Amino acid sequence: MNLTPEFEKKLDEAVTHYPVSKRSAALPLLHLWQEEYGFISDAAVELVAAKLDMQPVHILELVTFYPMFRRVPVGKHHIKVCRTLSCALGGSHETHACLKKLTAADGDPHGPCTSSDGKYTVEFVECLASCDKAPVVMGDDDLYENVNTEGKAQAILGKYS
Amino acid sequence: MPATQRRILFKHIDEAGYTNDLACYLKNGGYAELRRALTLEPQFIKDEVKQSQLRGRGGAGFSCGVKWGFIDAKKTARPIYLICNADESEPGTFKDRQIIHQDPHQLIEGMTIACFANSVHLAYIYIRGEFPEGARILERAISEAKAKNFLGKNILGAGYDLEIYVHRGAGAYICGEETGLIESIEGKRPYPRIKPPYFPAVLGLYQCPTIVNNVETLCNVKHIVSMGGEAYAKIGTPNNTGTRLIGVSGDVQRPGCYEFECGALTLGELIYEVCGGIRNGNKLKAVIPGGSSSKILRADARFKLRDKEIGISDIPLDFDSFAAIGTMSGSGGVIVMDDTRDMVDCLANLSEFYAHESCGQCTPCREGSQWMKKIIHRMSSGVVRQEDTALLKSVADNIAGRTICAFGEACAWPVQSFIAAFREEFEAKVR
Repeated sequence: MNLTPEFEKKLDEAVTHYPVSKRSAALPLLHLWQEEYGFISDAAVELVAAKLDMQPVHILELVTFYPMFRRVPVGKHHIKVCRTLSCALGGSHETHACLKKLTAADGDPHGPCTSSDGKYTVEFVECLASCDKAPVVMGDDDLYENVNTEGKAQAILGKYS
Repeated sequence: MPATQRRILFKHIDEAGYTNDLACYLKNGGYAELRRALTLEPQFIKDEVKQSQLRGRGGAGFSCGVKWGFIDAKKTARPIYLICNADESEPGTFKDRQIIHQDPHQLIEGMTIACFANSVHLAYIYIRGEFPEGARILERAISEAKAKNFLGKNILGAGYDLEIYVHRGAGAYICGEETGLIESIEGKRPYPRIKPPYFPAVLGLYQCPTIVNNVETLCNVKHIVSMGGEAYAKIGTPNNTGTRLIGVSGDVQRPGCYEFECGALTLGELIYEVCGGIRNGNKLKAVIPGGSSSKILRADARFKLRDKEIGISDIPLDFDSFAAIGTMSGSGGVIVMDDTRDMVDCLANLSEFYAHESCGQCTPCREGSQWMKKIIHRMSSGVVRQEDTALLKSVADNIAGRTICAFGEACAWPVQSFIAAFREEFEAKVR
């Protein structure tokens, strides 16, 4: 797998943040990789491991532990709905169902649900720490608060069309 | 009389026209305390913090001065590290987000002073993965501060060097546990470490002495240096000094994050005056007072506070009162539930969270949290057996106190306390 020089530079820069131990750069490198390629492939595991002088298994065990890292791609836009108590009291289950309906995303509500055109993945996640503005939704890296009507859910999806 | 807020950390939060860049921070007197702190003896700053009686704001409420006191730069040849715990993941807690997003330089100034006081030259801010914007804001703030020599080499000509880096988590609640957090920065799975040693001050990051402080705690350091430890100790009540950021969510009219002197108001004043009471004309049923792990309080229960018996509305908002009635003020996240809520459903929600977040290191927690979730979800869906309530309690009782870290208690306490407070609701599910 050939990396672009710009991407390689980004990875190397992140490693400099950890002058004591290169291994510490494992999470930052995985984040950079996922932002660039969408998921962590076998090749990514090998490459990140090689860069940090680690065994691939020590990278793989991170990918399988930390919930934000994915071994498979998700839809073009990742819509995360907070599931935890304050948001649930504010109606996040309705919001989640509504977003699933609007995107025609299919699947077990406990896991990622991707629309058939691959455009959206709707997923329940744990507390997003904006509990006073429940229910909250993240669209890719952006936070949306008080998403309590179909209109608001529709407006979020509109930004990612 | 409705209690008024005392906004020290939140002075500029939600202020019209206040922006999170360095220019705005400097215009409002920013980094003056750092400039002054650099002229002081590090030990003098540590003494001020000790005198302030500042208690950690992450959840445990441990004395910050005592924590720093474990570290003696003169007696160790190893480097000392400081980590800011910005993993804010406790359900119901959203205070650190406000500072990170709206006033990041306040954190960096407080953190830099804390690092100077403890002879730290390399520090990390561990921010949860779900705050991508927060991480970018902090990174920009750090580079702005570095460009003006508030960070980096020979800070403001005082001969002191410090680098701060932002380290993003990746969605694991357990990284809020300080030894798990350290493992995570070391590039490992965040399995909390066996205790003893109880404090990372003994063996922390890279097996070196390490201080782990919450965002709010580090911001307080700036204000302690500003007003002096003695003056700070006069805010609040004895042993519960300073202000607290209290986040209220759930079934109230005006949820939000507020700053009050410790003990300046009661839970009733908070809910009915500050937050405008229960929404939709309903009545108060229960309150989780300090993040989802804290034990739930039933609205019509009586609590024994020292020599008095009081109702839920009369509980003072400070560390010691909540501890005395058998729960905790934890991370300051107050979740309010009204009388339309089914307590079995609410507990089912929380148990799913804990089952998802158990790191899996200790058997009682890994297995027990899953079983609790399964049993409560089954009850919630209407399939209930006679023995369920007792079984649930037994599983919880066998987790608490039998795990490496406090997550065991964190997942058991909601189950134990929901059943203790609302046993009849659980038993009524049996048909």
